[in-house]
Amino acid sequence: MRPTMPRAEKAPTTATAPTGKHARREGYEDGALLTVDDVHVRFHTRNGVVHAVEGVSLSLSEGEVLAVVGESGSGKTVFTRRVMGLIAGSRDTEVSGTVTFDGSTLTELDAKGLSAVWGKEIALVLQDPMTSLNPVKRIGAQITETLILHQKLSKQDANARAVELLRSVGLSEPERRVRQYPHELSGGMRQRVTIAIALSCSPRLLLADEPTTALDVTVQAQILDLLGDLQSRLGMAMLLVTHDLRVVRSRSDRIAVMYAGRIVETAPTKDLFDAPRMPYTEALMNAVPPITGPNHVRLAVIPGRPPDLLAPPTGCRFSPRCPYAQDRCLTEEPPLRDAAALPGGAAVDHSYRCWYPVGTPENAQARRVNAERGETAAGTPVTGEMVPA
Amino acid sequence: MAEMTIATPPTTTAPPGEAPGRAPRGGRRKAAVRRIRRRLVHLLIVLIAVTFLSFVVIDLLPGDAAVVVAGDNATPAQVAQVRADLGLDRPMLVRYVDWLGGVVTGDLGRSFRTGQPVTEALAQRIPVTFELTIIAQVLALLVAVPLAVYSAYRPGRFVDRTSMTIGFGAAAMPQFVFGMVLIVLFAGGLTSILPATGYTSFFTDPLDNIRTIILPCLTLMIAEAAVYRQLLRSDMISTLQEDYILMARSKGLGPRTILLRHALRPSSFSLITLSGVNIGRLLGGTVIVETLFAIPGLGQMIVQAVFNRDYMLLQGGLLFVAVAYVVINMIIDLLYLVLDPRVRRDA
Repeated sequence: MRPTMPRAEKAPTTATAPTGKHARREGYEDGALLTVDDVHVRFHTRNGVVHAVEGVSLSLSEGEVLAVVGESGSGKTVFTRRVMGLIAGSRDTEVSGTVTFDGSTLTELDAKGLSAVWGKEIALVLQDPMTSLNPVKRIGAQITETLILHQKLSKQDANARAVELLRSVGLSEPERRVRQYPHELSGGMRQRVTIAIALSCSPRLLLADEPTTALDVTVQAQILDLLGDLQSRLGMAMLLVTHDLRVVRSRSDRIAVMYAGRIVETAPTKDLFDAPRMPYTEALMNAVPPITGPNHVRLAVIPGRPPDLLAPPTGCRFSPRCPYAQDRCLTEEPPLRDAAALPGGAAVDHSYRCWYPVGTPENAQARRVNAERGETAAGTPVTGEMVPA
Repeated sequence: MAEMTIATPPTTTAPPGEAPGRAPRGGRRKAAVRRIRRRLVHLLIVLIAVTFLSFVVIDLLPGDAAVVVAGDNATPAQVAQVRADLGLDRPMLVRYVDWLGGVVTGDLGRSFRTGQPVTEALAQRIPVTFELTIIAQVLALLVAVPLAVYSAYRPGRFVDRTSMTIGFGAAAMPQFVFGMVLIVLFAGGLTSILPATGYTSFFTDPLDNIRTIILPCLTLMIAEAAVYRQLLRSDMISTLQEDYILMARSKGLGPRTILLRHALRPSSFSLITLSGVNIGRLLGGTVIVETLFAIPGLGQMIVQAVFNRDYMLLQGGLLFVAVAYVVINMIIDLLYLVLDPRVRRDA
């Protein structure tokens, strides 16, 4: 019903040749649009060094939706901003690793090079639409500035396209909206506006950092559906950051679970839900109350708190909270391993970080040991909630 | 109210093309009228309070205008005569009501000493002080805003640290010291490219007017510029932490656009407020600078009126200062409406 979002190439006065973007895509061999290799971000603060992101590697193909899932403080926001280059190395920020987008190394670009990519090829949607729009600028002006900057549209054409964009994200009365200020719109409407801004230049990669966390529950699904809809229509890749596994179950191709600045498990969405290997992933899934479950039962929670990134635990970062933790977990950090070798492991791109992966005899053994002594090797009491019968 | 129709479903407002823009603009006008009305009431109260208080204070001051006006060698009878002529033998309250009645009809009385109508004296002095004040403010903002913006963009770097050091030095120095430094540098000490004293009206000789006000304006603006820079810098630094600035960066906008088009306006509210307060203050009190550079402004007039016990002149001066203060603040208040769309909604 709604008019489809016109691609940049179809915009009336775009200078880009129709093949411009795609020609380059063909020339890039291994198919990945975004490759993140061993990215670290450390903040030197007065209290010590915060290890926000520790050696994260992943890749994203054209048109793929990758969900990055983790608790608050797991480093996912910092990671997203580092991928984009919004966080750069400075006196108190230490960064390393490389980010390659469409064949060019973002981590080597200077400010000028980056801003040519930002908004045009890679766009960002932030968590809280109440704060991510400029309160003293009209909605229209906040949309048209990217169009004028990147697509060299005239002011008039940009205005017309801003109206079109607002319509395509499902805003009513777009002609009136462009003249309104952010405070005149509701939270859900504002997030639609930020999505319209992000998509204005038809980016090839969208980074959505908890795009629905600040919204009413009723609006969350609408926004996620909108994002999914636009993503598939535009064929863009999306990095969807969230703390809510439910949200991404039907809306992502692949999931990377982050914990304490590391990726602890990554798999195609279906495989992850079918056979989570990392106990943290399992715990996250258990923490989602089943709709069909009985009323008035205690919700399953993950004991303890997210790790202190100033002084992360030694060994496996999750060991202090893990129901299966053994002595080895406290001293030796498990590497990311391929799940294909495990019993029941499909030959898919599934890797995990655990010495006693869920669904293996080793895990069953560890569970038995902990159940017998009543606590894990880290001293965490083993409760019925954490250990499925 | 039209601008409040946020939650209502998209239905049957005016056809597109007409509807956009009308609602906010109408809202803005309404808000402006409401504010002006409120301020006018405010103005009235302030004026009555200020003028009445000054009448009371003047009445309580030691010294007698009649004695001063009659001269040193006057006999008691002559003094009594002068007192009766000036109307000073009547009770204070009667004199005040009488004066207030004059104000309403535009008659501020006559100077005790010179017999010149007070309105005429004000008409001579106000343009001078007004010129000093406005030019000093504009200069202060012209210097402070770019420095503040750049300092906020690169805090702790050369521009920030240098301008902060110089600014603190200048703000810490008494105004007349800085004025004298300028005189030494430009007007008779090291060089004599500018006049040290005097004032030429713009309408008499524009070029000479500029030459005579350069040093006084510089003296006035330096401390203000330092404060403005500091204020705007810190507001700007906190604005730059906002999500919408991150958003603006992620759009690929350059630092210039982000600083000037996205961050400056939301950072400028306290600067505007302070600047308004300062204009109001300077209009009544550039005495030091006026004295130092022998400029016939309002401040000098008020001080002389106090020394001479020229109460009519003093009352007129104070009346103007109070009006100016309230009016300037009214303008600032209206400026908020332009600068911050969120204000337009409140009652």
